[in-house]
Amino acid sequence: MSLFDWFANRRKSGSPVSEGQEREIADGLWTKCESCSALTYTKDLRSNQMVCLECNHHMRVTSEQRIQQMIDADTWVAIDEGLRPTDPLKFRDRKAYSDRLRDAQEKTHLSDAVQTGIGQIEGAPIALGVMDFRFMGGSMGSVVGEKLTRLIERGTQQRLPVVIVCASGGARMQEGMLSLMQMAKVSGALQRHRSNRLLYIPVLTHPTAGGVTASFAMLGDIILAEPKATIAFAGRRVVEQTLREKLPDDFQTSEYLLTHGFIDAIVPRTQLKKTLAQLVRLHQPTLRQTPKGTQIPGIKTLTTVPE
Amino acid sequence: MANSSDRRPILLDFEKPLAELETRIIQIRELAEENEVDVSDQIHLLEERAVQLRQEIFSSLTPLQQLQVARHPRRPSTLDYVQAISDDWMELHGDRGGHDDPAMVGGVARIDGRPVVIVGQQKGRDTKDNVYRNFGMASPSGYRKAMRLMEHASQFDMPIITFIDTAGAFPGLVGEQEGQGEAIAYNLREMFRLEVPIICTVIGEGGSGGALGIGVGDRLMMFEHSVYTVISPEGCASILWRDAAKAPQAAEALKITAQDLKTLGILDEILPEPIGGAHSDPLKTAETLKAAIVRHLAELDQLTSEQRCDLRYQKFRSFGVFIEAGMMPAR
Ligand SMILES: [Zn+2]
Repeated sequence: MSLFDWFANRRKSGSPVSEGQEREIADGLWTKCESCSALTYTKDLRSNQMVCLECNHHMRVTSEQRIQQMIDADTWVAIDEGLRPTDPLKFRDRKAYSDRLRDAQEKTHLSDAVQTGIGQIEGAPIALGVMDFRFMGGSMGSVVGEKLTRLIERGTQQRLPVVIVCASGGARMQEGMLSLMQMAKVSGALQRHRSNRLLYIPVLTHPTAGGVTASFAMLGDIILAEPKATIAFAGRRVVEQTLREKLPDDFQTSEYLLTHGFIDAIVPRTQLKKTLAQLVRLHQPTLRQTPKGTQIPGIKTLTTVPE
Repeated sequence: MANSSDRRPILLDFEKPLAELETRIIQIRELAEENEVDVSDQIHLLEERAVQLRQEIFSSLTPLQQLQVARHPRRPSTLDYVQAISDDWMELHGDRGGHDDPAMVGGVARIDGRPVVIVGQQKGRDTKDNVYRNFGMASPSGYRKAMRLMEHASQFDMPIITFIDTAGAFPGLVGEQEGQGEAIAYNLREMFRLEVPIICTVIGEGGSGGALGIGVGDRLMMFEHSVYTVISPEGCASILWRDAAKAPQAAEALKITAQDLKTLGILDEILPEPIGGAHSDPLKTAETLKAAIVRHLAELDQLTSEQRCDLRYQKFRSFGVFIEAGMMPAR
């Protein structure tokens, strides 16, 4: 799909840095912004949720960090951690899929590209899925599809809002048609969640593409995105080849999608938790208070329940 | 069926030995006529050999060769099948949002006496038609048109028959502007909701999300030489092998043939094609399709709409292969 594009378009770092700083960057003491090249103490950057203090660039965060940023302390309960990918097609390109999986697992200490669980957000329980782009570009194979489906089903059973933080290049080619079918599977689970009048909010982060865009990323009752995230169906390069001309700079960004009516709001990461909590509260089912004297004869009205 | 005036066969490269043999049969026959010699025995043998060779070739196609058959310019298209299998038909147009995408067609039909809604991607029958049809690659409005027609089916309690034949959803500027991802995603979700029977058939090329966008149903069938893939072998080769020329390897690895998908448990039925592919005998192929649709509809009629929706969900719910700690590999 379009993973290739993301790698090809990754911004190259700019201005030179001194040797000493180079070492400290390597040690992780400092972090250089890939957008404006500003050096910031990693500790300060962390406390600003990895958003550049100079230019507001949203750097990539791991699923672990994301959960910490979003979920109230000590309320996260991970689910389905025992699900592990396998290699059903015995797929081998320049490298065997099984080796790619092992390498990604060693690098990320994750079993696959999504973490799911139940946690609280300003005291309100939600079912949360967080994709992790570091794991094979956040691509969706059987495990990602299954974990998200189970998460949504649990959300339906326990009547919880579902939030999915998307970060994915799309379907996982190495699982062939099994990966394509995950798009339908997750969408089916969302249909059941929805028919129970429960809230689903995807949060689109950089990048969200391909089969994820063409399924659960675009199925939110409300859709949020981080600033300047790339959100696409087809990769920019493919579209350029089809058109044989240059595309506008903001093409396939959060801002572009907001202008074209496909997302509801762009929310800076530092405001994300607050915004989600607000939306969850606004959609909490409350029984409507009937003003006195408006009782319609013959129709039973619900009595007031204090929240 | 295909209304091109030029009916000379279009040969795929692997059909060359067969074509040579057939040319030789014609030459011998002509020579024999000129010289008034009886060669009927010899010709009979050669003709038998030709049948055998055709059978050999088409029973051992590589995945990439299957893809070539699936993309054959003479392969029957959605509208060809519609004409061949329905007693009555009216094409309907428009997404009710300002567009009518010719790459996605649909309408109301009667099959074996029964009113149904048919939707499918439509490839062109010649170059000019292909430009008009955008080579069967639908835009977001095409998927919205399909959904609108499927809602119509639901409204009037008519089964939905979809024909999948696309290289993929159109990856263009307008597609992105108008929400290709949203349009497909919406169909994926809503097709689980529709209470009428849905039968999906890959008649040629099943290309990724663009195919799946009309591919959620109670039954999934594929013609013998059609393919269904998460990404085109060419695209996969250029990403994973960094070399588009590795498409044959990618086609092999991706498991895209009807037989592969049957093995993976994704497919309900493989529809046999005449030897030489669907285009060698479109009417016979259409008969096979019609019989299968009628049979599956009869089966699905035995269920309540609630049971059907439930089974449809369970069907897709079961797709995927993974390991669960302490358990055997699950499916
Ligand atoms: Zn910066």
